[in-house]
Amino acid sequence: METIPFRPFAPGTQPPYDAPAYGSTHKRHPQEALVRLPHTITETSGPRFPAAQFPPLPDLSVVDGKAALGERIIVHGRITDEDGRAIPRTIVEIWQANAAGRYQHPADQHDAPTDPNFRGEGRVYTDANGWYKFTSIKPGAYPWRNHHNAWRPNHIHFSFFGAGLAQRLVTQMYFPGDPLLELDPVFLSVPEEGARSRLVCKLDMTVTEPEWALGYRWDVVLRGREATPMEG
Amino acid sequence: MASATASQTIGPFWHLIEDPEWADLTRFGAAGPQVTLTGAVVDGDGNPVTDAAVELWQSDPPADDRFPGFGRSRTDEAGRFQFKTLKPGPVPGRGNAQQAPHFALTILARGLLKALVTRAYFAGEPLNETDPLLSSIEDPARRATLVAAADGIDRWRIDIRLQRGPQTQTETVFLDL
Repeated sequence: METIPFRPFAPGTQPPYDAPAYGSTHKRHPQEALVRLPHTITETSGPRFPAAQFPPLPDLSVVDGKAALGERIIVHGRITDEDGRAIPRTIVEIWQANAAGRYQHPADQHDAPTDPNFRGEGRVYTDANGWYKFTSIKPGAYPWRNHHNAWRPNHIHFSFFGAGLAQRLVTQMYFPGDPLLELDPVFLSVPEEGARSRLVCKLDMTVTEPEWALGYRWDVVLRGREATPMEG
Repeated sequence: MASATASQTIGPFWHLIEDPEWADLTRFGAAGPQVTLTGAVVDGDGNPVTDAAVELWQSDPPADDRFPGFGRSRTDEAGRFQFKTLKPGPVPGRGNAQQAPHFALTILARGLLKALVTRAYFAGEPLNETDPLLSSIEDPARRATLVAAADGIDRWRIDIRLQRGPQTQTETVFLDL
């Protein structure tokens, strides 16, 4: 069992709990200081997801052999830790709106069409070198009620587990050149510009398939380990 | 080398990846004493948080093919979550310390740009008195937010208050990992 603690986050790279421009944080952010917890086995270990029990779902763009509407995309990338070490065979959960900007979800009341041939969720695993890949449809922008005329930029939700609880990461991937990014309180909640820019994928012609789908690359970095094991 | 990728909110529509069975950690046939953990998540006004994902991780008993050690529960219209799992035992802490039996709970929701992590210990466990985390919290009311109360046979309850306020008073202790 791996018992080496994870390193603290670099300053400015993570959003705060209290982000005044994002209204939903007002009543949901803690006001007390967080209690620092030196990592123990509870924080350095984490779940495994055997593919037999949690089967992969690598294509969101087809349901029962019927193609979803929208711009077909292939998204791939590499998951490493902060030391550049690959995170192999780790689960990646994915969910997103359809091409019209509508989630297949009862709480989504946006007046845009649903698409029975789009499956809004996916699940893939990284290979031995930390690479993941899936096929989907480029998600549409959609309005939300954070402020007057608020629109979320195109994005795909991701969930990563890594090797230990303290590496857990839930985040969103954005698309290059989206003019809504500079207006989005969620994206802008990340203080450092460089950290924000790493949430934006890049067009990747090496995985773009001619006459089929545009490819994008998005690499993800999970926390690295401290240099030395903890005592005991 | 690049620093860790930034967190963003899980949002209100994460149920697209939800499998309600994940809240039952015994579903693969795990053997051992079972417990149910329930509770409600409330915001700074004391209103239920109805769109959260609550995740449970326990390092004991060790995960295997019959016991994932990990579960995820939605919160319902009353903010309630529920897990069925195996009772954890003590686990080693740092140095020579022993930690009292506990679950790690991770809260993800709209309005949380990054996860909140807390723990659920068990009221009445003798090891609670010497647990390094519990002992480090001086305010008894705050310390109590980390301890689940007995709620029937093999049932435990812990409520999670995201923010102190006139209704909630004591905010749950959240951990800086």
